[in-house]
Amino acid sequence: MEVPFWNKEIETLDRPMLEKLQLQRLREAISWAFRTPFYQKRLPQAGITGPDDIKSLPDLQRIPFTEKDDLRRSFPKGLLAVEMKEVIRIHSSSGTTGIPTVIYFARDDLDRWTDLLARCIVATGASAGDVFQNMMTYGMFTGGLGLHYGAERVGMTVIPISGGKTKRQIQTMKDFQTTVLHVTPSYLLHIQSKLGEDGVNLADLSLRRAFIGAEPHSENTRRKIEELLGIDAFNSYGLSELNGPGVAFECVCKKDMHLWEDAYIVEIIDPISGQAVENGQEGEVVLTNLVRRATPILRYRTRDLAFLHPEPCECGRTHRRLSRILGRTDDMLIINGVNVFPSQIEEKIMKIPEVATNYQIYVDKKGALDRLTVKVEIYPKLFLGEVSKLEALRGRIREELRSSIVITPNVELHEPGSLPISEGKAKRVVDERPKD
Amino acid sequence: MKITQISVFLENRKGRLFGVCSLLGANDINIRALTIAETESFGVMRTVVDKSDAAVKLLREHGFVANFTDVVAIEVPDKPGGLAAVLKIFADNDVNIEYMYGFVEKFSEKALLVFRFEDTDLAQQILAKHSISVVTKKEIEGL
Repeated sequence: MEVPFWNKEIETLDRPMLEKLQLQRLREAISWAFRTPFYQKRLPQAGITGPDDIKSLPDLQRIPFTEKDDLRRSFPKGLLAVEMKEVIRIHSSSGTTGIPTVIYFARDDLDRWTDLLARCIVATGASAGDVFQNMMTYGMFTGGLGLHYGAERVGMTVIPISGGKTKRQIQTMKDFQTTVLHVTPSYLLHIQSKLGEDGVNLADLSLRRAFIGAEPHSENTRRKIEELLGIDAFNSYGLSELNGPGVAFECVCKKDMHLWEDAYIVEIIDPISGQAVENGQEGEVVLTNLVRRATPILRYRTRDLAFLHPEPCECGRTHRRLSRILGRTDDMLIINGVNVFPSQIEEKIMKIPEVATNYQIYVDKKGALDRLTVKVEIYPKLFLGEVSKLEALRGRIREELRSSIVITPNVELHEPGSLPISEGKAKRVVDERPKD
Repeated sequence: MKITQISVFLENRKGRLFGVCSLLGANDINIRALTIAETESFGVMRTVVDKSDAAVKLLREHGFVANFTDVVAIEVPDKPGGLAAVLKIFADNDVNIEYMYGFVEKFSEKALLVFRFEDTDLAQQILAKHSISVVTKKEIEGL
């Protein structure tokens, strides 16, 4: 098998050299961190007064973890390490309780991120000459723009179509003979199920590859996509706090995702004790961004559960491989690629006087797509018998939730006392999506 | 004269309508008129019963969401065009109807219909002016 590289020297750097580079970059990252109000306070509390306190890679463990809550509490500028005039891009994710998180990119930061994505794309065998249809949502979400610039750097023909509008997606695949897709696995299966409806069949298309990401999926789902569409599908991993996509990506071997260790330090920890797990064991992924100056983030607890393959990949890359995401240590739901925290839903529901305090979040599949249903109990005293008012209430709840969690849920009204009483967060969430 | 309709919220779950009707039946409350407004996700049962205060109390005690709604029961000639003649009076006088439905049984030779108006007081004035007979609360209870 031919193994293509974007930057062969870095991608196959021997481990001692790679670790030397990591240490050097970690020390730089710490000096950037000291330019932010957040780390100016946090690092001295842990006895770290500057980059000189980190003499070897194991010293990393002296640095305290950074959590999503820290990012929220630092909103908007607590983690900004450069002058605003140096910032050329802002990405943001909606918060779990109304406060968003923000990541700033200086010109060099975007350049390095773009280069990592070019590396990911080329590792799959895609190249200049491919036609790339980017079905991830553009905007503040990192999934769309990140791959967009990476694909342009590789020299692919980029179609920035963004998400949704299935018929248009299919027609566009035909019109421009798209060869590479970037899409969530559930949406790709949905598109596949619609092929043929408007006279465009698989045989009219030239699809060869799909980058699938933004939601966990199984090896079975990948195989299904590959068989139904006759393509190669590559898993990808990233999160907005660590730039977005491009943290880890599969190569042509398709045996889990190379995590770019010249740009990130990855640790796998026991989520309870915070200690490193044994080599190859499952645990929580902790990531340090080594190359982002404007928003340095050290030892970020991703809440994603995965493991690292201890043995090298057949492709020759020395950067270790991260497994599929096996779960979460918190209650975050991923619905059609969108991250949703039950607390976001709860916060909105509790502000609506016509509904009582009990509610249930129900997730299942409708065809290939995830479906979110929010069930609320109505408040009896405000029921006066008008159907139109109840329908308006449903519409209002739907709209309130959509503005908070980005996706539009189905809203069901229930009688008081009919939903199971919850003794903890878990019972409020019923996830009946098949685990295949 | 206004009469009382009971509105009951019914979630989309098996046996809810049966639950309401069997509870009323077991407590000797008789349903006089009934309709159900349905949407894709829930329903509202609208009913006129002989003992509305007792019915609402009972339903609430059993966890149903129930409330009173003012409606007017009107006698309409039971012949072709009978209803249309009454509706014309409403239309001519800007009386808006939110919904209407029929009684199970007749009170006289005429058909008996339940109307929910946007403005019940205005509707009553127009009815009186045109000498259209309405059924009183007492008469409903005695049906």
